[in-house]
Amino acid sequence: MTGRTITRALVYLSLIAATLVVLLPLVVVLLTSLKSEKEMADTSGALELPHDLLNFHNYVTAFQDGEMLSAFTNTAIILLISIGGTVLIGSMTAYAIDRFTFRFKKLVVALFLTAALVPGVTTQVATFQIVNSFGMFDSLWAPIALYMGTDIVSIYIFLQFVRSIPVSLDESARLDGANAFTIYRKIIFPLLKPATATVVIVKGITVYNDFYIPFLYMPSEDLGVISTSLFRFRGPYAAHWEVISAGAVLVILPTLIVFLSLQRFIYNGFTRGATR
Amino acid sequence: MTDTTQKAAVEVIPAAPVPAPPTRRTRVRRGLTPWLFLIVPLALLITFTYAPIANMIAYSFTDWDGVSPELHSTGVENYREVFTRPDLFEVFWVSGYYLAASVVQIVLALYFATILSFNVRFRNFFKGVLFFPYLINGVAIGFVFLYFFQDGGTLDSVLSLFGVKTDHAWLGTPVSANTSLAGVSVWRYLGLNFVLFLGAIQSIPGELYEAAELDGANRWHQFRHIIAPGIKPVLTLTVILSISGSLSVFEIPYIMTGGATGTETFVIQTVNLAFRFNKTGLASAAAIVLLLIILLVTWVQRRLVPDDKVDLV
Repeated sequence: MTGRTITRALVYLSLIAATLVVLLPLVVVLLTSLKSEKEMADTSGALELPHDLLNFHNYVTAFQDGEMLSAFTNTAIILLISIGGTVLIGSMTAYAIDRFTFRFKKLVVALFLTAALVPGVTTQVATFQIVNSFGMFDSLWAPIALYMGTDIVSIYIFLQFVRSIPVSLDESARLDGANAFTIYRKIIFPLLKPATATVVIVKGITVYNDFYIPFLYMPSEDLGVISTSLFRFRGPYAAHWEVISAGAVLVILPTLIVFLSLQRFIYNGFTRGATR
Repeated sequence: MTDTTQKAAVEVIPAAPVPAPPTRRTRVRRGLTPWLFLIVPLALLITFTYAPIANMIAYSFTDWDGVSPELHSTGVENYREVFTRPDLFEVFWVSGYYLAASVVQIVLALYFATILSFNVRFRNFFKGVLFFPYLINGVAIGFVFLYFFQDGGTLDSVLSLFGVKTDHAWLGTPVSANTSLAGVSVWRYLGLNFVLFLGAIQSIPGELYEAAELDGANRWHQFRHIIAPGIKPVLTLTVILSISGSLSVFEIPYIMTGGATGTETFVIQTVNLAFRFNKTGLASAAAIVLLLIILLVTWVQRRLVPDDKVDLV
């Protein structure tokens, strides 16, 4: 046994320990979601396997009573519109800032930059009043407007990509008679595909998982998104861990599928998104 | 007639290599073009970021309840209250737990990023496992860990496997509840730091390690002299994100305990003040205090470690 082998063994040991710490709580919830009410009452430990691994009864309860269908629909609508808006707004802002010189440009850039330092949670008290005065409170428009309006990270991601597109492309198009909008639409936007993919992923995950904004702005029962609908399980199912677990698994599952199929892009996206 | 055609011809010919000298109208139009792209983003930015901040500053000097049309100026009374009422100020101590947790989190993330950037079997599997929690919905995480800390839940069951019999109410006392919640936040956010560090480490050219190895440097030396300096920008970014994150914790404690047993954080308190007790004025003052602290932290960090990467123009 050399020192090197011991180090290697310790490295693997730590990795296995971390894997257990990450996966165990999730696996236990998965197991719990497959247990029947009676089993929950009888069995002593959370680690025991369910009698019937194909008992999806709790999932049916969670899906129907938790109004998960409408939650997924609402989430999908919000996702679609706010991601579309973010991509459009982010790419346009980046194009304008990188390709034009204009008066007050420094001020505009400073406004966007400073906004990145202000955590959204701190200003919600007053944002609430503004959203309310637009009559958007308790409608899907409140989260859509808020998600579109405050995304500095995506603007930054787009900006880095716009910068890498050679200006000579714009110039030759301009000589062919293209105006700024045509250049943006026909040249810049199509070339921004990798950035768009990054923004769609990062933004999509943020919006799908957000709790704070829908919780504050959409208190109506039928306006639940997946986080708020799941949160409402707390009341009626407080003692029914098997149903709550099924609800949690239902919410986690789409994330897992997306993650497994897009792994590489997701890592890159977050590295790009966060190291502003 | 001839005059105009001639003029046009003269204008067209040099227009091919060099753009035509702009007339007054095209100049105005060109000056407007960037604004056409910026008008919507700027309107949204001002409506949802700057107008709230301005309003919040105004509210913070009043006794407004958020609903009634009447509001009276109270001067700095709200600020005095935030700093002197012990129950309002106490929430800052809760941030301490999360701050301590972020230290643990950064160290662990750094460790795993370092070992997984070298050749390790099942590397992608381990990477995926470590990162995945960051992508999970916060409410789902809250429920998973409520069950984890339950009496007879996951943690108790695991401990009993090792022969440790506990009837410890994990979320029952302030110290253990806050420690448990801070632990959940390490579980949740470790992956993000890990991936940031990993990205930074992988952008260090591989020859550096080879050269170091030839010089007889071991892993610790490589970490100390190649990796650590190489990831410094990301490290400072992480530190500042951790501090502002620790101050603005909301989701996990709100979902899991609702702020009970001494787990109320600053944001939970502000949300309760504003939306449950209708003390918009006081809540605004509290929020301004939090905002100022976060801006101060950011400013100090920028001073200490000038970040050459932040150049938007």
